[in-house]
Amino acid sequence: MGTSVFYIVAALSIFFSLMVIFAKNPVHSVLYLIVTFFTFTVHYILLNAQFLAVVNFIVYMGAIMVLFLFVLMLLNLNKDNEPLKSPLVKLVGIVAGCCLMVTLVGSLKATSISEPLILRDPGLGLIKSLGKELFGPFMLPFELSSILLLSAMVGAVLLTKKEKA
Amino acid sequence: MEPLTNRKKVLVQKPLNLAERMYLPALAKGLGITMSHFFKKEATIRYPEQQREFSTNWRGMHSLKRDEDGRERCTACGLCALSCPAEAITMIAAERKPEEKDLYREEKYAAVYEINMLRCIFCGLCEEACPKEAIYLDGPIVPSDYLRKDFIYGKDKLVEAPLEKK
Amino acid sequence: MEIAFVIEKLILVTIIFGISLVIAMYSTYAERKVAAFLQDRLGPDRAGPFGMFQPLADGLKMFMKEEIVPTESNKWLFMVGPGLAMLTACIGTAVIPWGSAIQIGDHLVQLQVTDINVGILYIFGVVSLGVYGVMIGGWASNNKYSLLSAIRAASQNISYEIAMGLSIIALLLVTGTMSLKEVVEQQHGWHWNVLYQPIGFILFMVCAFAETNRAPFDLPECETELIGGYHTEYSSMKLGFYLFAEYINMFVSSAVMAALYFGGYNYPGMDWVLAHTGTTIGPLIGTLVFFGKIFAFIFFFMWVRWTIPRFRYDQLMHLGWKILIPIAIVNVVVTGLVIAVIEKF
Repeated sequence: MGTSVFYIVAALSIFFSLMVIFAKNPVHSVLYLIVTFFTFTVHYILLNAQFLAVVNFIVYMGAIMVLFLFVLMLLNLNKDNEPLKSPLVKLVGIVAGCCLMVTLVGSLKATSISEPLILRDPGLGLIKSLGKELFGPFMLPFELSSILLLSAMVGAVLLTKKEKA
Repeated sequence: MEPLTNRKKVLVQKPLNLAERMYLPALAKGLGITMSHFFKKEATIRYPEQQREFSTNWRGMHSLKRDEDGRERCTACGLCALSCPAEAITMIAAERKPEEKDLYREEKYAAVYEINMLRCIFCGLCEEACPKEAIYLDGPIVPSDYLRKDFIYGKDKLVEAPLEKK
Repeated sequence: MEIAFVIEKLILVTIIFGISLVIAMYSTYAERKVAAFLQDRLGPDRAGPFGMFQPLADGLKMFMKEEIVPTESNKWLFMVGPGLAMLTACIGTAVIPWGSAIQIGDHLVQLQVTDINVGILYIFGVVSLGVYGVMIGGWASNNKYSLLSAIRAASQNISYEIAMGLSIIALLLVTGTMSLKEVVEQQHGWHWNVLYQPIGFILFMVCAFAETNRAPFDLPECETELIGGYHTEYSSMKLGFYLFAEYINMFVSSAVMAALYFGGYNYPGMDWVLAHTGTTIGPLIGTLVFFGKIFAFIFFFMWVRWTIPRFRYDQLMHLGWKILIPIAIVNVVVTGLVIAVIEKF
């Protein structure tokens, strides 16, 4: 049952990520991106990584994409004010796209179907084991990044403070 | 400028102290005030079932009065229509026949008496102008309706009910 | 076994869904009644005894109204908006433990749809998704007031999510678990978390008011500035869905507050009651107590709405970023220190 769910969800994630690129309206494409992130959340749950799933849910779907949508709604992008691309830009785009395709095809050729990976510990993705890893071997980088985020937040608050005249 | 009265009060805006800036005490006070109203008696009157008493000088719907023998007092003199500032009253007079003596008090009476309730402003001038004490604005509130024509009240709605025969 | 399990959960989901809809329905009635009582009035009292059928009449009215879709709107997203608002409001109920296990025959029925070990984070995620219904609806209406309202809602939700998350972190330090079931079990009797985390509770409650867009933080639908807010262009049952979603949100956040801070289905003297009523009736009494707490919170939501005037937008942001977040951070630090000291000695 797990494998069939995986194939369905994987097909959905590919479909929606393609829709992100092909959607004409930027707001639609952000919405498709949100759905794509939701399918990723389902993937995490299938991998029994509940914490990652929920964090992906909160941070990407709940916060970052809201901000994306927020900005796009204010920009009011549509076909009328889309600037015309010069031939040079189009040429560069074609070259870059081809490079990406060659890389993708090359890397796909290099892969081979591996043996199904069996987790030694099925509870690997649960909060308990994740917390033990984060607060054990990776204590310093974790704390440093948390201070970094905190200082970014304090900085954001400070930016809004009026300077005393 | 010299103040004209001694009622002037100088408004001083003090900076808020800590308790005031915390909002919460003020919020609690406000919540207390609304909660005290929760248990107060409501001021509502359930209208169609309960009705508030009208004041003694209330002017409501008109009624055409009868005398002590049950005869209509109105003599169709037209003073009420003349005094009406909104021109809401119209009437057609007719002569009383001998056999109608116990119906109408005077020899002339109003065959048609109509008040347009949409025009009427309930000023009470008709009541004051009437020499025969035939019209009074002592009725209830004029009820609502859907059509304009239904607001032209004829004698069927205006004249008092006949006296009970003893 | 597998099928019996699925059926049991399905029945539970249906019951919870029905209960939340009925409670949301009667919240509209209660809101009007509470507003009336607080203003020395009577409130709706014509439809049925004490106006009990007023929500039904309102619902019927909503269904019968003409459906208007603006010509210049984005039709599909215009339709998705209310549904999304309703969906995100409803799925929050899945992890709330409504009571301890009930014994029916020799079978133990858990009164919780699912006990995931990240329950609190799940609630938090669902709450953060709630803004999409408002944003999509507001944008798809193609009305500048709706758009302004949608943007207000988004920035308000993001701002208050931070303070809410920080107040939850302090609570997690106390409980040591993210499973809502375990959090509630820990508060056995009168060991309610509000006694250990009073400041955290006040922070959480203020943020819950902001996240559900209730007064005094109902800026997304403030009539004086934005006509009707994000649902200006909506009519008929789509409007009804938006209004309904707000009440379901209120119900869910009341349930979360009651479960996290006020002991859920625990109450003083529950052991004595459990011992005297048996394993079928006893847990049901606990569930009733839980609902009593939820109703108390819903009443509080309404009480506040009819007392406190709406904040100005800059005041809202000032409160969120410059007051609630610093207090929440200090709360986390102090809680951590106290716990470290207690564990040391």
